[in-house]
Amino acid sequence: MARKGPASEARKILLWLGALTVILALLLTGGTLWWGANPAPKLALDLEGGTQMILAPKVEGGTSINDDQLNQAVSIIRQRVDGTGVAEAQISTSGTNVVVALPGNPSNETRDLIKASANMAFRPVIASAPGQATPADQIQPTPAPTAAPTNPSDSNWVTPDIGQKFQAFSCLPPVSEPDTGADPSKPMVACDLSNGFKYILGPVEVPGSDISDASYGLQQGAQGATTNKWAVNLAFNGEGSTKFREVTTRLNGYYTVNPQDPKSQFAIVLDGQVVSAPTSQAVITDGRSQITGNFNEASSKSLADKLKFGALPISFDIQSEQQVSATLGTQQLEMGLLAGLIGLALVVVYSLFQYRALGLVTVASLIVAGVLTYLAIALLGWSQNYRLSLAGVAGLIVAIGQTADSFIVYFERIRDELREGRGLIAAVENGWKRARRTVLASKAVNLLAAVVLYFVAVGNVRGFAFTLGLTAVADLIVVFMFTHPTLQLLARRKFFSEGHRFSGLSPDRLGAVPLYRGAGRFRTPDDRPAVAKKNIGAVAEAERRQTIAERKLAERTKANDASQDQATEGPDSKVSVKAAKDQD
Amino acid sequence: MAKFINFATFGNELYTGKRSYDFVGKRKIWFSIAAVMVILSIAVPLIKGGFNLGIDFRGGSEFTITNVTDTSTAIGEKAVTDVISGQLPRVSKLAGNTMQVQTEKLSDDETIKVKESLAKEYGVNQDQVASNFVGPTWGADVTNQALIGLIVFVLLATILMALYFRTWKMSLAAIAGMLFVQITTAGIYSVTDVEVTPSAIIGFLTILSYSLYDIVVVFDKIRENTSDIATSSRRSFGSEVNLAVNQTLVRSINTSMVALLPVASILFIGSFLLGAGTLRDISLSLFIGIIVGGLTTVFIASPLYALLRENEPALVKQAERVQARIDAEARRSTESAEAASSASV
Repeated sequence: MARKGPASEARKILLWLGALTVILALLLTGGTLWWGANPAPKLALDLEGGTQMILAPKVEGGTSINDDQLNQAVSIIRQRVDGTGVAEAQISTSGTNVVVALPGNPSNETRDLIKASANMAFRPVIASAPGQATPADQIQPTPAPTAAPTNPSDSNWVTPDIGQKFQAFSCLPPVSEPDTGADPSKPMVACDLSNGFKYILGPVEVPGSDISDASYGLQQGAQGATTNKWAVNLAFNGEGSTKFREVTTRLNGYYTVNPQDPKSQFAIVLDGQVVSAPTSQAVITDGRSQITGNFNEASSKSLADKLKFGALPISFDIQSEQQVSATLGTQQLEMGLLAGLIGLALVVVYSLFQYRALGLVTVASLIVAGVLTYLAIALLGWSQNYRLSLAGVAGLIVAIGQTADSFIVYFERIRDELREGRGLIAAVENGWKRARRTVLASKAVNLLAAVVLYFVAVGNVRGFAFTLGLTAVADLIVVFMFTHPTLQLLARRKFFSEGHRFSGLSPDRLGAVPLYRGAGRFRTPDDRPAVAKKNIGAVAEAERRQTIAERKLAERTKANDASQDQATEGPDSKVSVKAAKDQD
Repeated sequence: MAKFINFATFGNELYTGKRSYDFVGKRKIWFSIAAVMVILSIAVPLIKGGFNLGIDFRGGSEFTITNVTDTSTAIGEKAVTDVISGQLPRVSKLAGNTMQVQTEKLSDDETIKVKESLAKEYGVNQDQVASNFVGPTWGADVTNQALIGLIVFVLLATILMALYFRTWKMSLAAIAGMLFVQITTAGIYSVTDVEVTPSAIIGFLTILSYSLYDIVVVFDKIRENTSDIATSSRRSFGSEVNLAVNQTLVRSINTSMVALLPVASILFIGSFLLGAGTLRDISLSLFIGIIVGGLTTVFIASPLYALLRENEPALVKQAERVQARIDAEARRSTESAEAASSASV
């Protein structure tokens, strides 16, 4: 049979699934060999332990921190941690300190992000230079200023001290120590590590606490069309808007005279480092400005995050950092996995009892789903820092039930079709059409829950949402790419199509009488399964849903003397009837 | 059931309508039971003053023991439970032979007792045990975000289902069913006084998605069975819904079983072999929720949907047509029976 039918289609889909699995496995193997991935899933704080940092918050101006500010600090740090992936951190307060526990060994980036003080400010640029330090013997003395500075951009801020510091400052490795405690009313020297430039900056003009919001996105073009350039949008509160208008008015004056003038730039300074130093190309009157430049998605997000968190006038000192052991230890995980395995074995026994040989398809599907989920979790652990907590493990075990449900819905639909008296091949196709809708609709609910909770919730709930979404996707892949094609192929095997007693599809057990029973005998109306009076509808329904071929056949069988005809039910339930003389 | 029949036959009889359970018709009974459960689930926490919230929600006391020789966590657990009953201390080891023990908020007397007990059990001096109050790791901000997420999800799910089923009444019935599951599961937590931990909340959220999922599967069959209701005179709307529930009953039973088996084994192992902990917390809420969720779909959500739509004028007319057809058939069969009996005389 070299014809294109559901069977060859099914084989193709199974091949694709195999390819997908192999690609994922290769990715993981490659990652393990060359890029330091780990073939095992990463574990969360409760199972693996991690690092516990105690942070002492400092409020600008040295006042003691109040409860509101402490809670604000906790939620800011939580946002920062959640921004680095799906690792579930534990953040709480201890006295007036904030305690952050992170799974595994947090990277330096994460560590910096957590303690990154929000000591952010906008300062005008007075001078800039490439970042290499001038060797000590070549430093030129700077002349003392001739007059008192009139505005923050005035070159008269540059004292001999500042000038010398500026020349000696290195913004290329080895980088000079940033001046984190700079006096807001005095000029300072700072680096922009992203482009390796060094700047002399004037006094603070707008403090970071005046930022009301920051976001990132694709730039809007002149006609309101979206361009492919990334930009950061910045909004100030009322007071900030007023100050920012003054700044941009002055800086834009320099820009219109000479667009290359460093004085047309203002620097966004965080912890003594310049985060970005955009040129003021317009006067911003409404406190809403857009920073454009050589951004990609990641760098624009990072700047927007820094600006957003910069609105908190609290900085943190890491008081202590120590390794913390797992609170649950391996025993709970082992027991959990053992319980999962026992549960799985029970599921296998139950589905074999219920579905006989079809139960094996369920088991195989669950194994495929398990392999895919495992690969996904290991890969996500490597790329997204996704970590399994004990709650996550339990969530996965619960997912067994929901995954198996797609198969159960599908099998029951096939049985319904068989009860209507269809042949197995047709029943699989029809049952699939009807089951597919149900499976898609119900999984859509799960995916919706996962997506919404992932984007809205924080902390543990986010990890849960991730697991839920992951299993729903794995389930869809398996039911579409494994279970259905497998059944299409099995339906063509004698064991199933002839309805063996153990196939789980035997028509006798389903009270169905097949349309064609071999030896030229067709189902006659008397053979119909006994249908109660009130179920006339189901019969009508069945008749309505007959394929054209079946309908014709039914008419013919009524018209012809069955013993003269020989009919064979080919694949796709196309019925070919060797014509008797009186046939049209 | 008089005697056990095999499941396939059971399924056949349900499918053809030979065997039928009147889920829709007896709804008054189910709704009354549900009402009692909801009232209890709301009243008990109110009378008790809420739930038994764990340290993650309320904060608690923390002890740090330095220079410990034997860093076994069991010692710390025993030291706390010896002095104060009903505590589930959380003990972990910090680097440098330091132990950290967290308990629920203790009074000053209790704090001193626990300090002494810890020093004794770990064999260190009193001054090497420091105590402190710790804040909740599951603070108000986490709760708020989770609630916002839930509300957004419920709204979107309502819209999604209304679009898919093409009737907002199905959405309404599904959401009502889901809320019922949530309320009763919460009620059971309050009645049994089991500690509410972050794990229990995660289990709770799992149940939320599970129960809605289960309702959607059954409602999809109802949608299929009632798609031509306007033009058919087979059955009234209520019986059509009832048949759909009966036809999916085997699937409902199988799915609940398959979902329950792993959870039950976690619950069993978690409670009897490990004692309290994350596994027990999460599997208990799941175990309760899956049972309540499966029952709700069949006994509450589906009859509720029938109730919501039965009084639509078009469906009332349709029900009358069905009744007329049934009466006519009954007349015909009695006439023919009479004819037959008179002929045989």
